[in-house]
Amino acid sequence: MSATVLSTRGLDKSFGSLIVAKDIALNLPQGERYALIGPNGAGKTTLINLMTGMLQPDGGRIFLGDEDITALKPEDRVKRGLVRTFQINALFPRLTPLEAVMLAVCERRQDAGTWWRRLPAYRDAIEEAHTILESLKLGAVCHRPTHELAYGQQRLLEIALALATKPKVLLLDEPAAGVPKEESAELFSVISDLSKDIAILFIEHDMNVVFRFASRIIVMVSGQILVEGSPKEISAHPRVREVYLGRSHHG
Amino acid sequence: MSISTGAVTDPHLYLQAQSRWHPLEFAFWAASILPFFIFPNHLVLASQIAITALFALSLDLILGYAGIVSLGHAAFFGLGAYTTGILSKYGWGDPFVGLLAGSVVAGLAGYASSFIIARFRHLTLIMITLGLGFLVHEAANQASWLTGGSDGLQGVRIGPLLGRFTFDLYGYAAYTYSLIVLFIVFLVVRRLINSPFGLSLRGIRENPVRMPAVGAPSHAHIRKIYTISAVIAGIAGAVLAQTSGTVSLGVLDFQRSADVLVILILGGAGRLYGGLIGALIFIVARDQFSGINPQLWYFPIGVLLVAVVMFLPGGILGGLARLTSTLRSRWS
Ligand SMILES: Nc1ncnc2c1ncn2[C@@H]1O[C@H](COP(=O)(O)OP(=O)(O)OP(=O)(O)O)[C@@H](O)[C@H]1O
Ligand SMILES: [Mg+2]
Repeated sequence: MSATVLSTRGLDKSFGSLIVAKDIALNLPQGERYALIGPNGAGKTTLINLMTGMLQPDGGRIFLGDEDITALKPEDRVKRGLVRTFQINALFPRLTPLEAVMLAVCERRQDAGTWWRRLPAYRDAIEEAHTILESLKLGAVCHRPTHELAYGQQRLLEIALALATKPKVLLLDEPAAGVPKEESAELFSVISDLSKDIAILFIEHDMNVVFRFASRIIVMVSGQILVEGSPKEISAHPRVREVYLGRSHHG
Repeated sequence: MSISTGAVTDPHLYLQAQSRWHPLEFAFWAASILPFFIFPNHLVLASQIAITALFALSLDLILGYAGIVSLGHAAFFGLGAYTTGILSKYGWGDPFVGLLAGSVVAGLAGYASSFIIARFRHLTLIMITLGLGFLVHEAANQASWLTGGSDGLQGVRIGPLLGRFTFDLYGYAAYTYSLIVLFIVFLVVRRLINSPFGLSLRGIRENPVRMPAVGAPSHAHIRKIYTISAVIAGIAGAVLAQTSGTVSLGVLDFQRSADVLVILILGGAGRLYGGLIGALIFIVARDQFSGINPQLWYFPIGVLLVAVVMFLPGGILGGLARLTSTLRSRWS
């Protein structure tokens, strides 16, 4: 197995008396596609919030490569290549997709503090932003305000924004949430075609999609990792069948 | 000004079109010299409009572009005015020296407070800016040995512009000077909002939660734009002190902070020209109404403000932009 790019040790988090993360130990190797599954309220989004620094853990450590990033601010984690998307669209409604992706590209290239040069002067940044949008089939709508885009296109823009930061590790929080089944398979094939240099952890409720696209699966229940294994092992795991697969699970 | 780009799909051409000068902009600035010929007796008023427009432009940078609400922006305006006035009292009456000093002092105050500003939003932010505004006002009131307190600053002596043109009662030099300062600052602001930094500011306005997730240091951006905005507000205050030759506590009044907010909302925040159009309408209307009944002046402004925020969320310019785009799509 290749080197671990993202790992956590003993992560704990509770909201009052509600424990949402308990002793979470996770290792994401270079270039892998991991699925994180679990019932509603299991703490999956919270785990992403903890790893990306949007929430502070009560205890435990987070490592990106060899570096302890537990105390880093979210934007500094992004600069080091740890990037997420959101379960509920978190876009820039009145920016166009081109502007939004340009924003992310300029931030990454350390140009975003420059106020005396006009945007059109950044030709290669524009080129890069446009290439990302085209690769996600958003080229045709890249000059429309984001709030006018179809919902499925907005989900793709979520991913485009993340790609513009040149991630090493990409955490996708239900990228296909709210997208019709047919489109969701298409969206996941786009995701699985992303560069193998990027390690991906995705949250998804549709087990067909999970089994098809994940190289390994982590099952979370009530803030704890129940089991981790290959799709084959997971589908055969009795406890998983009982707590997760056994009943209708999409919320 | 929003620019329709039609069917342009090339991203380079599209972004160029976004920042290109619109014919209406040339018309606007050409019209700004009309008062010299049409209203030569109202140049003092014209100068007040230009100064207020400059002040509104400074607020637009933080409110219209970065989404930071302030109810205490007069603090920076007043700091610029007092700095310039006090310096002139002690022999530093040259307009450019005063302008520079006023903007530096306002900018330093802006930079110092920006560390607090960057950490808060919404109601908290409104209260903080309001409180800081009161604080500066009261400090100026108390320090009467320096500021003259409620009697106003005595002995303001502004030297002639370039050693030749004095600021007199006719306002010829005053309007020339305010207009030139406004135009230069406007060019800088226009450049800024079309830059990568300007784009990141709009990002903060549109979704502050997403910004860190694309690697953006929002706090640093906010500190920077708040400082720049304070500098410009300070310049506006300095120009007022110089062209009017007086400085009183009125430059720090809450009323001034509230008025400039109203002006910007009326004209259209986040539209570059919103504050300029708003200032024009507001100052002219106030001048007309106060001739009839000064007490009733806020009645029509109140009605107008309520009507605009209810029916024209983008202000007067936003409404006009919507109208033209509707008409255009009808015609094509
Ligand atoms: N900021 C918060 N304050 C208090 N409770 C929270 C907070 N965020 C999440 N929770 C609670 O923590 C639990 C875990 O939430 P989380 O969003 O991580 O679940 P999830 O596994 O992502 O679920 P879903 O599949 O519905 O997205 C839930 O019970 C939720 O209500
Ligand atoms: Mg979730």
